Amino acid sequence: MSLLAIIGEALRALRLNRLRTGLTMLGMIIGVAAVVLMLAIGQGAQTMVNQAISSMGSNLLIVVPGATSSGALRSGSGAVQTLTMSDAQAIASLPSVKATAPLITGTAQLNYGANNWSTVVTGVTPDYFEVREWAAESGALFTEADVRSATRIAMLGQLTAKNLFGDEDPTGKMVRIKNSPFLIAGVLAVKGQSLDGRDQDDAVFIPITTGQRQIFGNQFPGTIRFLMAQAESAEMMEEAEAEMNQLLRQRHRVAEGMENDFTVRNMAALTAVATGAAKVMSIMLGAIASVSLLVGGIGIMNIMLVSVTERTREIGIRMAIGANRRAILMQFLLEALVICILGGLAGIAIGIGGAWAVSEAVGMVVVITFGTVVLAFAFASGVGIFFGFYPARKAAALKPVEALRYE
Amino acid sequence: MTPLQNTASGEPLIKVESLCKIYSLDSGAAGNGNGNGNGTVNSQVLFDVSLSIHRGEFVAIMGHSGSGKSTLMNILGCLDTPTSGHYWLDGNDIASLSDDELARVRNRNIGFVFQGFNLLKRMTALDNVATPLLYAGVNRSDSRKRAQALLHQTGLGKFAAYQPNQLSGGQQQRVAISRALVNNPQLILADEPTGNLDTQTSREIMEIFQQLNREHGITIVLVTHEDDIAACTRRLIRLQDGRVVHDAEVPA
Repeated sequence: MSLLAIIGEALRALRLNRLRTGLTMLGMIIGVAAVVLMLAIGQGAQTMVNQAISSMGSNLLIVVPGATSSGALRSGSGAVQTLTMSDAQAIASLPSVKATAPLITGTAQLNYGANNWSTVVTGVTPDYFEVREWAAESGALFTEADVRSATRIAMLGQLTAKNLFGDEDPTGKMVRIKNSPFLIAGVLAVKGQSLDGRDQDDAVFIPITTGQRQIFGNQFPGTIRFLMAQAESAEMMEEAEAEMNQLLRQRHRVAEGMENDFTVRNMAALTAVATGAAKVMSIMLGAIASVSLLVGGIGIMNIMLVSVTERTREIGIRMAIGANRRAILMQFLLEALVICILGGLAGIAIGIGGAWAVSEAVGMVVVITFGTVVLAFAFASGVGIFFGFYPARKAAALKPVEALRYE
Repeated sequence: MTPLQNTASGEPLIKVESLCKIYSLDSGAAGNGNGNGNGTVNSQVLFDVSLSIHRGEFVAIMGHSGSGKSTLMNILGCLDTPTSGHYWLDGNDIASLSDDELARVRNRNIGFVFQGFNLLKRMTALDNVATPLLYAGVNRSDSRKRAQALLHQTGLGKFAAYQPNQLSGGQQQRVAISRALVNNPQLILADEPTGNLDTQTSREIMEIFQQLNREHGITIVLVTHEDDIAACTRRLIRLQDGRVVHDAEVPA
């Protein structure tokens, strides 16, 4: 009997029991839809984490001031600003470090015309934009000369620009930061969310010197909030970390056996943790969804076993008129497979629809890849073959004479 | 192509030698045989049956219920295997054939007609007749054509699209006969083909069998317990308690 003829027989048999076929298929549909949806959500989360990581810049190390103790007085990390501009310059000259970006930050009110917006003001050097791999979308980045002469010039993040200027082009306009007029040099490209969930486009950047002298004021001139350093390459991250530690201990005159008054954070390690967590979540969601697929598969096996028993006489007749064991096996196996494939296709469609609904309703990022669809389909077919095989083999193993006698 | 090789025509089509069939039943189940002490009860249905049937014969097998006639038919139809003894169909030792080869023999060499018709439910008469062809690997349109021709031959040309439950018993049996004939078998085995039919319809069905035997030379073995049905055949074998007690030509 040709495969096509057997498929025809399988479809005919399934059509005869529409309700039963539909209910069995429903188990499959729910299972496959759950797998597709969960994988979409998991991969969406992974994509979001990856975006946040790549928006950070590559091969980043961050140096923050650490805990200090002077006599009996102990201060927590960051309470005392132990890092200086010259620390940043010294680190920049290390062979394993490509560039450094010292930062000072504060919050300030921005005014343009009748609009005002309170946001984070960050004092940086032009190297910051290089380290963060952050380009100007319009206008141009401020320069080293602006830093040297502490010019009142600013780069706006996308969200800040939009809130102050609406559809206007801010480049060349004047904006007031803490009532001091600043020239807008340009608007930065969209950066998106950071790993800690902050919108990085809600920001304004000014030369670090301008910030120190005119905006924030500082009891210790030349100190910085923290600094970012970019290693020459991914392989040199560890080396850069070690060299920076050594250099800063030397510069800060930390005695042998004393704790550092700064901390060097290797962002590669952090991103590894974040991607790892996202991956685990993705796998867990998939695994939970697979359970429903398994339950659907057991449902199919159950129904197929009932069907084989019910149709014992039919099997006997078919054997008497010349069906061999393979034809009987294929007939029942294909019935299970057809349920799974049709259910799988419907499940994929529903899963994609559900993912779309979730992204619309909750604003979650969902990602459906071709791989997900192929995996779900393969999983469905696999379940069909696995759970359909036993009942089919049972049917094929019947003795013709006994099957014919069955009432 | 048939899986069985045709041998010299002098050789009988069916030859069985000292055929025995013993059913093993679990103890507790009904059995009239001897317990063997191993928790099973053996019940012997056929005792040392030997007979030959030649090409073109029309044979009736008679006997009371429990005489073993159905068991003998199942063995002749390759649906069941004897406990001991030999069965040659067209000179081929059936015991040496695999399951798949037996399926081929049932498909190509033997046509079955049952008392309860045994048509596939919810399938048209046409598809019922065509199914053996599908198992023989014939494509769907060719097999339908052949099935239609056979339905026409048995007088059911107009009923091709009917399902078994829409047909009368006589019509269903004609569909079954068409199905049995669809692969041009050498042998038709009919197990009480008129058992569920009224006298008039029985006569019509027997006429079809006689015509097939006479005009197409098909060998027919028929189980019955009705004397007037057996009278339509040309040779009568009588079984009693699993043994052949009578084997003679039917007087014309």
